[in-house]
Amino acid sequence: MPPTTNTGATSLHSESVSKDETKDLAAFSCPVPLPAGERILLGHGSGGTLSAELLKNVFLPAFGNPVLNRLEDQAIVSLNGVRLAITTDSFVVKPLIFRGGDVGSLAVHGTINDLAMGGAEPLWLSAAFILEEGLPIETLRRVVGSMHEAAANAGVEIVTGDTKVVEKGSADGIFINTTGIGLVREGITLSATQARPGDAILVSGMLGDHGIAILAEREGLQFETAVQSDSASLHTLVASLLEATREVRCLRDPTRGGLSSTLNEIAASSGVGMELEETSIPVREEVRGACEMLGLDPLYVANEGKLVAIVAPASTEAALRALQNHPLGKDARIIGRVTSEHPRMVVMRTPFGTTRIVDMLTGDQLPRIC
Amino acid sequence: MKYLDEYRDVKIAHALAAEIRGRSTRPWVLMEICGGQTHTLMRYGIDDLLGDSVRLVHGPGCPVCVTPLEMIDRAIALARRPDVTLVSYGDMLRVPGSETDLFHVKAEGGDVRVVYSPTDAVELARSQPKRHVVFFAIGFETTAPAHAMAVMQAERLGLRNFSLLVSHVLVPPAIRTLLSSPNNRVQGFIAPGHVCTVVGMRDYEDLVREFHVPIVVGGFEPLDLLEAIRMLVAQLEEGRAAVENQYSRSVQYEGNRPAQEAVARVFEVSDRKWRGIGPIPESGLRLKEKYAAFDAERLFDLADVCAEEPSECISAEVLLGLKKPTDCSAFGTRCTPEKPLGAPMVSSEGACAAYYQYRRHLVTL
Repeated sequence: MPPTTNTGATSLHSESVSKDETKDLAAFSCPVPLPAGERILLGHGSGGTLSAELLKNVFLPAFGNPVLNRLEDQAIVSLNGVRLAITTDSFVVKPLIFRGGDVGSLAVHGTINDLAMGGAEPLWLSAAFILEEGLPIETLRRVVGSMHEAAANAGVEIVTGDTKVVEKGSADGIFINTTGIGLVREGITLSATQARPGDAILVSGMLGDHGIAILAEREGLQFETAVQSDSASLHTLVASLLEATREVRCLRDPTRGGLSSTLNEIAASSGVGMELEETSIPVREEVRGACEMLGLDPLYVANEGKLVAIVAPASTEAALRALQNHPLGKDARIIGRVTSEHPRMVVMRTPFGTTRIVDMLTGDQLPRIC
Repeated sequence: MKYLDEYRDVKIAHALAAEIRGRSTRPWVLMEICGGQTHTLMRYGIDDLLGDSVRLVHGPGCPVCVTPLEMIDRAIALARRPDVTLVSYGDMLRVPGSETDLFHVKAEGGDVRVVYSPTDAVELARSQPKRHVVFFAIGFETTAPAHAMAVMQAERLGLRNFSLLVSHVLVPPAIRTLLSSPNNRVQGFIAPGHVCTVVGMRDYEDLVREFHVPIVVGGFEPLDLLEAIRMLVAQLEEGRAAVENQYSRSVQYEGNRPAQEAVARVFEVSDRKWRGIGPIPESGLRLKEKYAAFDAERLFDLADVCAEEPSECISAEVLLGLKKPTDCSAFGTRCTPEKPLGAPMVSSEGACAAYYQYRRHLVTL
C-alpha cells in the first residue's frame, strides 16, 4: 500500500542517485544487465534505490549525455544565450480526486515545481492524456477544469497536448503527462551537487500531508482525516527566496520517497553528510497520528507543495525569513546542517540526544505487521 | 498523539537511563523478545543511552523473520496458481523465498494483495466467489485472535473459497529453547507487551520458576522499554527472579479472555519450524480438524514444497541473541535490505534490518 502519489513510472529527470554510484554515472558506457528474470516491480517507481538502479542500469546507458547525467529535477539548456529549463513528469495517482486536489491540479503543480526547483520561471506546459475506455467524460471535464485553474493561477499556459484512449483495464482512469518549459535568469545555478559542509537545511512547511491525504482515500483503509494534500505551485515561493539571497545552493521538492529520499540524493550528489534535528522537523499532529497507526515514517511520505533548500551559512536567516513571509512557507524551519562527517549519510539527532540514520527507501514503504 | 508523546519524554528518559547506569554493577545481558521493541530501541538509540550498564540482545520476535522459508515458498506456489488470490500483510511481500519473493510473483501476474486486517480478506472472498482467497496467517499470539475471527466469520458466511496458510508461532516455547541452550547468556527478558495483552502472564511465571530468570512484560515506547530495563536490573541486582508487569496500561494478569477463547476454538498447539532456529516442539498453532475446510495446506497439495536455508546467514545466532547483527561478516556488504541473505534483514522489525536502517553509522563495515 504505497503512500506515494504520482508514482508508477520512473521519470528520467527525477530524483534518485544511489549512494555509491554518483561519481561514476557520467563515465557509464556499457549497460549492466539486470539479473536474469528480473521484472519491473512497483518499487521501481517509488523513487528509492530500485528507481536509482533502473536509472543506472537501463536509462543512463542508453540516453546518457552531459545534460541528463546531471540528474537534476529539470534539464537546463542554453540557446542563443537564453537558458531554458525543461522537465517532464507523469501522474498516475489513485484515487483521481482527493482532499485538496486531483490528478489534474497535481499534474500542473508537479511539473511547475520541477521547473521552479531549478530556479526557473515557468512559462509553458504540454498536457498528454492516456484515458481508459469507459471513463465518464464528466470526470475528465473536472480534471481538465482543475488543470486549467491551476495553470491560470500560476500564470502558465498549456500550449500543446495529446490524447490516447486504451482498452478498459489497460490504464487506471486517467494518466497525465505534462512537460514544462521555463526561463532561468542569469546568475542562478542550483544543483544537488553544491551542498557544502556548514550549509543549513531548510524545509518550507509541514511534511507528509499529501501522502496521508491520498492514503486516507484509498480503498480498504478506513480511517478519516481532515488532512488535505499540500499540492501547490511553488515558483513564487522560490522567486521570493532567490530574491532574498543568491546563496541558495540547491532546491528540491520532496515528492515520492519524502524528505529522506530527497536529502539522501543531495548528500550523495554532493558527497557530504547531513545531520538533522528530529525535534525541528515540522509534521502535523494528524499526520504523525496517521503514520503511527499505519506503521509509516512521515519522513518517507510524499509532499507536493513543499521544498527543501540548502543555503550557505551566512544567508540562513535571510532565507528562512523569505520563506516564512510567503503564504506557502509560513511553517518553514531550519531542520539541520550539512556536515563533512559520515559522507553520503543522513543522520538524525533524536530528542534523546542519540543519533540514527535516515535511510533511502528500498521500495515502497510497507506497513509493519504489529 | 498526546498519549504517545508522554511515553517519549526526554527528561524522564534521561533520568531512567541514569538510574539504570547507577544501579547496574555489571553489564547484564538482557533480551527484548519483540521486533517492535527492537525497532524502538534502535530508532531512539536507547542502547547508546545505557552505555555499558546492560547489553541488549535482540530476540526472535519478528514474525516475518521467523516464518520458515518453505512456508514462504508455499505462499509463492499458491500465489502463482491462476485460481488463487493470495492475501498478506505488507512486509511479507519482500521476504525472499528460495528463488523469488511475492513482489516478483505479483509482477509476473500473480494475484497478490496487501491488507491491514484479515477480515478484509474474508470480504474479498465474499466479493469474488469464483476465486479462492488464501490469507497468509503469520505471527505470534497477537495476530492469532484476528485470524481465528476471520475463520469464524468465513464459516458464518458459508464461504467455501477462503482459507488460511497458517504459520503461527508462540513466544514461551522459544524462550524455553533459548534458556535450555548450553550457549545461553541472556540473564533477563523483556516479554512482549502485545502478546501478553492477549495471553496474560501465567506462561511466563512457569518460565521464571523453571529457570529462575527475571521477566518483565514491557511496552513499545522508549519510556516503556527504559522502565522495563530498570525493573530487570533491579531484580538482577537484588538476586530476585519474578514476572513483573511494566505495561500495565494494556496487560492484565489473565489476558484477554474472549481473544483466547476465539483462538482456542479455531487453533490447536502444534510443532513448528522457526526460520533460522529450526523445529521447536509445541511452539506454534495449526487449524483444528474441525476447520480443515479453511486450511490451505489441506486444500492444496503443498507437501512437496521444501527448502533449505542459505548457509552464510547467521540468523539463528542472531535470533537466539548469541551474536549481534554487526558480528556477521555479510552485514551491510553481501547482506542488505535490498539483497537480504536472510529474513532478519528484510522486515523493518528484524534485528539486522533495524541495525542497518538506524545504526550503521556507528559501526565500521
